[in-house]
Amino acid sequence: MPALVLNEEQQMLKDAAQRFFRENAPVAQLRALRDNRDETGFSAELWRNMAEMGFAGTLIPEAFGGSGFGHVGMGQLSEEAGRNLSASPLFSSSILSAVTLLLAGSGEQKQATLPAIASGKLVVALAIDEKPRHHPWSINTTAQNLDAGFVINGHKSFVVDGHVADRLIVAARTNIGSQDSDGISLFLIDPATQGVKVERTIMADSRNAATVRLDHVRVGEEALLGQLNEAHAVLESVLDMGNAQLAAELLGLSLEAFERTVRFLQERKQFGVVIGSFQGLQHRAAHMFSELELLKSVVLKALVALDEEAVDASALVSLAKAKACEVAELVTNEMIQMHGGIGMTDEFDAGLFIKRARVVQQLLGDYRYHADRFARLHGF
Amino acid sequence: MTDLDAFRLETRAWLEANCPPGMRAPVRGEQDQCWGGRNFQFSSDDQRIWLERMAARGWTAPDWPCEYGGGGLSQAEHKVLREEMSRIQARPPLSSFGVWMIGPAILKFGSEPLKRQHLPPIVRGEIRWCQGYSEPGAGSDLAGLQTRAEDRGDHFIVNGQKVWTSYADQADWMFCLVRTDPDARKQLGISLVLFDMTTPGVSTRPIKLISGNSPFCETFLDDVCVEKDQVVGEINQGWTIAKYLLTHEREMIGGMGRTGAGQRTLPEFAVEAIGLDNGRLADGMLRAEVARWALDAKAFELTAERVRDEAKTGQGVGHASAMVKYYGTELNKRRQELMLALRGSDALVWEGAASHEGALPRMWLRSKANSIEGGTSEIQLNVIARNILALQ
Ligand SMILES: Cc1cc2nc3c(=O)[nH]c(=O)nc-3n(C[C@H](O)[C@H](O)[C@H](O)COP(=O)(O)OP(=O)(O)OC[C@H]3O[C@@H](n4cnc5c(N)ncnc54)[C@H](O)[C@@H]3O)c2cc1C
Repeated sequence: MPALVLNEEQQMLKDAAQRFFRENAPVAQLRALRDNRDETGFSAELWRNMAEMGFAGTLIPEAFGGSGFGHVGMGQLSEEAGRNLSASPLFSSSILSAVTLLLAGSGEQKQATLPAIASGKLVVALAIDEKPRHHPWSINTTAQNLDAGFVINGHKSFVVDGHVADRLIVAARTNIGSQDSDGISLFLIDPATQGVKVERTIMADSRNAATVRLDHVRVGEEALLGQLNEAHAVLESVLDMGNAQLAAELLGLSLEAFERTVRFLQERKQFGVVIGSFQGLQHRAAHMFSELELLKSVVLKALVALDEEAVDASALVSLAKAKACEVAELVTNEMIQMHGGIGMTDEFDAGLFIKRARVVQQLLGDYRYHADRFARLHGF
Repeated sequence: MTDLDAFRLETRAWLEANCPPGMRAPVRGEQDQCWGGRNFQFSSDDQRIWLERMAARGWTAPDWPCEYGGGGLSQAEHKVLREEMSRIQARPPLSSFGVWMIGPAILKFGSEPLKRQHLPPIVRGEIRWCQGYSEPGAGSDLAGLQTRAEDRGDHFIVNGQKVWTSYADQADWMFCLVRTDPDARKQLGISLVLFDMTTPGVSTRPIKLISGNSPFCETFLDDVCVEKDQVVGEINQGWTIAKYLLTHEREMIGGMGRTGAGQRTLPEFAVEAIGLDNGRLADGMLRAEVARWALDAKAFELTAERVRDEAKTGQGVGHASAMVKYYGTELNKRRQELMLALRGSDALVWEGAASHEGALPRMWLRSKANSIEGGTSEIQLNVIARNILALQ
């Protein structure tokens, strides 16, 4: 079994990412995007720089213009982006969509998209969920086979970067009448196609999400991604890979929130002493430290399992995401509480951390979803 | 039929006839409450009529004496009124720091002229109050406050800075803690004074909350002249009054853990969001959490009732307000987190008509302050540990 530490190459990537996000995409950038009501929702310049650093192609093999650094490598980027609440299409395009195309795309489809994703020139968004709580198999969107193509009808919500995407990957039911995870297929669609309506939703975290309406959208057979009716297995893997990165993002976010809180405990004085000298607060900080240590372990383990294609990767991913949701909720709540009045002000960053945390928690399944899945995968 | 039964029937009939339809629906957050005051804009005729009718009976302050405009109700009658209001989901006619906080303090400690001057306008919702306690250096350590009031014979000159003053920019008057004896031990040199926010030298700067609205303020006091007859109780005895007032504030904030009149209960909310499967909430994990919350909520409600009943008969532990505040606010925060989880991504939509401009997530964020304002949870736990359990 590989050791639960970063290898040299991964450590270098982490160091580079740490510097990069701190310098180029600090929390202040997200705040400015929010306050200016930026339509794109991220800095185009940042995204270009990220692509130049090779970040956008971390999960994409060299053959398709990426660096093939794998899940552990990408996890370091997600963690550092999480620390700084950095907004970019990294998750939607370079993670979710890139792995979907890799796993399901034909040679031609991959060639047409992956190099462009790796270079940051093409942004692709994945549209699965239709319900407010993640439920990937609750799909009512249909794609009916009709003279050498399909007609798609339905509605998708919470599509990350949907309104800025150049292409959408849409999950739809092709075997009409099938249940649950059966009979689902994926389609690669140009949002400019007639009948596609994408509308941005302004979310609490000031990051990008959109609803996608598909009204008699006609696409050719070449739009089908992967095998007809067989998207289930691909989506399971894609969701695992996505959730592992979300767990890494929550880890970074929680570490930053925690470290800022500890610094405040060392500075703020009441009753003539620093509040960090009160045992009631010390113990809670020490507890958070312990939880964060656990979180570091499960996140790394999940990422390693994906790189190794381990048989228990799914359970490990659900473990990591569940734990990440739990710890992020704890730490962001404590961040506000331990800061007192200042924690409640918009001028201070605690609000940005807690809002981003809840969105990432909900995205692709929260604590309950993954605890339940973990239990199911372990047969209880 | 007992007198109380008669009172119930009469109250029921009066409420039925007088509570406008628009006021029989849950309040959607702070923006939707009636705060009264000189600057207040009623959001509807219903809201204005409801306030006027209730105030005319003194039922905006049901247990205050009639001579100061209150309803003069006994504890038992007050309870009946609460029950009857919640039966028709009537909103409280007035949200008021006057009714909740400074009014009771003036009633208990104020001079007769102060009572006559300040209590009736509070009942009528004409004057809105804000609370000038916290300062940048004095939050949990409130007695460390530095705002100075210099004695100039018949008046004080007040200088200093307050912070986190809720609605200071919309309030008409402030009740404010000031240091009147700089040489006395921390708690001993403090007085509670009242002044009009339009007094020269008072200025406010709104601070935005993480919920994006309901600003609280920094309040600057620059050579503010306060007449000596506007001191509540004795000079230098303000700490006792401040603490008395805090117990009222704490019970009020703690009460937020309870489901208010007209609000859907969390289980109802859960069923609507998730649906039932064979009579059970369709998500087992959430069901367990909602059940756990509902058990605690019921137990808390009964405890709040018992504390009130015991207080009436003079029994029970003192400092119960610390427990009520601590438990009630933590309970409310748990409820808000669960509401968020139950509604999933819909609960995280921040703008737009469908989400009522993000009413749910904004309320969730606002609830985070419940365990900070009015004394933090940690301070309540310290009070319980020290004053009830004698753990020093
Ligand atoms: C929404 C909101 C509205 C408010 N409205 C008003 C208002 O209208 N008027 C007004 O005067 N004030 C108001 N306040 C201020 C509120 O009373 C203070 O924020 C509160 O008393 C805490 O003080 P602080 O913010 O300085 O935090 P601090 O006292 O600096 O506390 C920081 C952290 O240290 C903890 N801590 C402090 N001392 C101890 C200890 N001895 N043991 C363990 N932990 C400790 C606290 O619990 C907290 O977690 C409001 C606050 C909020 C958030």
